[in-house]
Amino acid sequence: MALYVAAHLVVRVALPLADPYLLPLSGVLTGLGLTMIYRIDPDLAFRQGLWVVIGLAAFAALVLFLKDYRTFDQVKYILGLAAIFLLALPAVPGLGRTINGASLWVGVGPVVFQPGEFAKVLLVVFLAGYLRDNREMLSMGSGRYGLPSLKHFGPLLIIWGGAMLVLFQTNDLGGGLLYFSIFLAMLWVATARWAYVAVGGLLFAAGAYALYHVTPHVQDRVAIWLDCSWTVSNACPVYTEGYQLAQSIYAISGGGLFGQGLGEGVLISPEGHTYIPFLSTDFIFAAIAQELGLAGAAALVLLYVVFLYRGFRIALMADDGFSKLLAVGLTSALAIQAFIITAGVTGLIPLTGITLPYVSYGGSSIVANFLIVGLLLMVSNHVNRERS
Amino acid sequence: MNPQIRRLFFVLVTLFVAVIGMSTWWLWKAPDLEARRGNPTLLVKQLTIERGRIFAADGKTVFARNRKVKQKSLGRTWFLRVYPQRRLVAHPVGYSTIERSRTGLEKSLNDFLTGSNANLDTVLDNALDKLKGLTQKGNDVVTTINARAQRVAMDALGGKCGAAVALEPSTGRVLVLASQPSFDPNLVEGHFNQILRTKAACGSASPLLDRATQGRFIPGSTFKVVTAAAALDTGRFTPSSRFDDPGYCIEYGKRVSNFADQSGPEVFGNVSFTQAMEHSINAVFCNIGKKLGPTVVLDYAQRFGFYEEPPIELPSEEVAPSGLYRRNRLYLPRDPNQVDPGRLAFGQERLLATPLQMALVAAGIGNDGIVMQPTLVDRIVAPDGKVIERSNPKEWKEAIKPRTAAELTAMMRAVVESGTGTAAQISGVPVAGKTGTAETGVSGRNDTWFIAFAPADRPRVAVAVALSGQSGTGGATAAPIAKAIIEALLKRNP
Repeated sequence: MALYVAAHLVVRVALPLADPYLLPLSGVLTGLGLTMIYRIDPDLAFRQGLWVVIGLAAFAALVLFLKDYRTFDQVKYILGLAAIFLLALPAVPGLGRTINGASLWVGVGPVVFQPGEFAKVLLVVFLAGYLRDNREMLSMGSGRYGLPSLKHFGPLLIIWGGAMLVLFQTNDLGGGLLYFSIFLAMLWVATARWAYVAVGGLLFAAGAYALYHVTPHVQDRVAIWLDCSWTVSNACPVYTEGYQLAQSIYAISGGGLFGQGLGEGVLISPEGHTYIPFLSTDFIFAAIAQELGLAGAAALVLLYVVFLYRGFRIALMADDGFSKLLAVGLTSALAIQAFIITAGVTGLIPLTGITLPYVSYGGSSIVANFLIVGLLLMVSNHVNRERS
Repeated sequence: MNPQIRRLFFVLVTLFVAVIGMSTWWLWKAPDLEARRGNPTLLVKQLTIERGRIFAADGKTVFARNRKVKQKSLGRTWFLRVYPQRRLVAHPVGYSTIERSRTGLEKSLNDFLTGSNANLDTVLDNALDKLKGLTQKGNDVVTTINARAQRVAMDALGGKCGAAVALEPSTGRVLVLASQPSFDPNLVEGHFNQILRTKAACGSASPLLDRATQGRFIPGSTFKVVTAAAALDTGRFTPSSRFDDPGYCIEYGKRVSNFADQSGPEVFGNVSFTQAMEHSINAVFCNIGKKLGPTVVLDYAQRFGFYEEPPIELPSEEVAPSGLYRRNRLYLPRDPNQVDPGRLAFGQERLLATPLQMALVAAGIGNDGIVMQPTLVDRIVAPDGKVIERSNPKEWKEAIKPRTAAELTAMMRAVVESGTGTAAQISGVPVAGKTGTAETGVSGRNDTWFIAFAPADRPRVAVAVALSGQSGTGGATAAPIAKAIIEALLKRNP
């Protein structure tokens, strides 16, 4: 709490004109997450607390020492390359760690982190810069058939290829879906061309389809999703592969309107294991729905909507393209990530393991998301100063 | 770019609304989902209730009690089940677990055991407990099972695949409900594989199957009692009616032989109805069956409760009806020509019966022809000691006239005194009984039976014992077990 007040003061001093809602919003989300994690596993909550401190420190450093975020614009290609480098890092032998079938982690000594979380931020910065420079070309189309020339479209294809590669290599549909959705959202905002969204969507679908056929892991996920969520059929393998989704759905449905109450929910068995695996990371939304009910879950989702609103407001008010695209990209990155995981644990879409921003346990995620809010506040401060 | 940003905002908000919609949908489906296997929500919620205990008829022997488990992080107390008698009453009492839900009385009486029943007293007590912040307490259940006789029955059945049921004919109280192989209900949570590995002398051990209420055995000659009831009750025959036994009976132009030993089929010549019962002569019953016709015989079977699940307090899926089975399903033929009347009369012909059903037949005869509703529950006691439910004897079926019952009793006494059932004789106590040795088609793998009631003049106990995979006769294998159970039960109240 005190740290938040401190962080808030830092913001008010360093960025007096920044949006006053975003940091408190992320604070509420983090606090809710910490409470939930504490209820599930107090030791884990302590570690999460440490990560929050580190995240806030990174946030303060960013806000205090980076005078103008637009310097990122000049080094955008370096940032783009860095993003790809980070994404490829888990593939480096000896560094990569595979946890639960997905190779998303990098371990250096005792420290294990998920470079993808940081790559996400860098990717958005790169895209914001790149799309700002090329948006005219991309939206007009200069070559034949009204298509933009390879010169302008090429780097985007590279990004698409990169995202696909990451998808195959890490075995992680969630991450791929997230990066690609951010990419499409920003591309569309920049160019206003539905064709890109359609083609991009098709390409992604093609990639996902190929992945579906290549990896049994993904086939399982889809089959479980169909059996367990849409039909609630008895084919749902409640005791084996479908276990986590089924348990997640039970937890959500059992929560009722107002939940079992904090600490009262059915989450931990008398033997001390959680009924839902990865409860404090991927499935924290189910835990919240169980204990705080539909009302609590809806309130949580509403917090993301408010975040989305504030973030997009910054984008709307910004007068340079880079700021606009940066704000849109960062905000939608957060919102899309929140959607993918909440829709996954409720059975709306096939389940993919990513964190619920600010709420889930996860060091890389917390730090990266604080950087996002820091950047957003800097954009906001800049925008408001230009205006006044 | 602003119009796109606005639109993107609405797209994303729509997605979030869809997530809330999906959660709402699950809320809507909650009643369906709660009942599903593997859903811990309700089960675990009820673990915080101090579940009522389950006792034997003496009100002292504990069949099920609780073990407190404190959860460190929240200081919450769970109540987990312990079954001190282990295999003894695993089938009727059942189990209450998280992983495998519930069975037996633990399932069917769950509302009482958790105190969620709607009796006014219980509702008030719970409301008060909640206000006082006390743990909700369930009601205790006192069963009708005689623990000592149950142990005698389980020991006697031990190592075999079979079941024994003992009833009090005048009240329908179930005194013994034993089924082997059994399982230790304490192992269900966490060690279920150990139960699945149970081995037994029969084809499939199926320790979870309650052979007493669900086990379908070929009734064989014990069904002759039902045929005889039909023969006497309709007035078509008397115990002294005479028959000629050539050692076989002709059906559809073919011989159906009597029970055969090494020297070939037995031949008794001219005998009375009583003697035919005494020696269990198939040929005689075959001819009676042909004369009465399958419709009458099946009608009397229904009067004893065949074709219905006996209305005992166990969950419906743990009680099987008896009758003719075709392709594993109960069937009552409309056209009497579909049934072989001779084989039906001595209990072959695709006829299957549960030990509970045959015990009800014996009890009905011992109770002047009236079958009482079987009951496993003596009373349900609130935590403060107040009795909130007490089971009263109820008539279930009026099967036969008292006079027919008396005649049948005399015939069944002859079976034990000088017929196939001499192994069940008890000195000083007249026993009425009937043996059964049903061929399953595989030699040396018979379903063997003994049904009886005693004392024959004023019955206090009716018993049915069924064993599968036996090479001996019912008189040699099942009768001694029935005798042991009757002795154990009669010794109790001299």
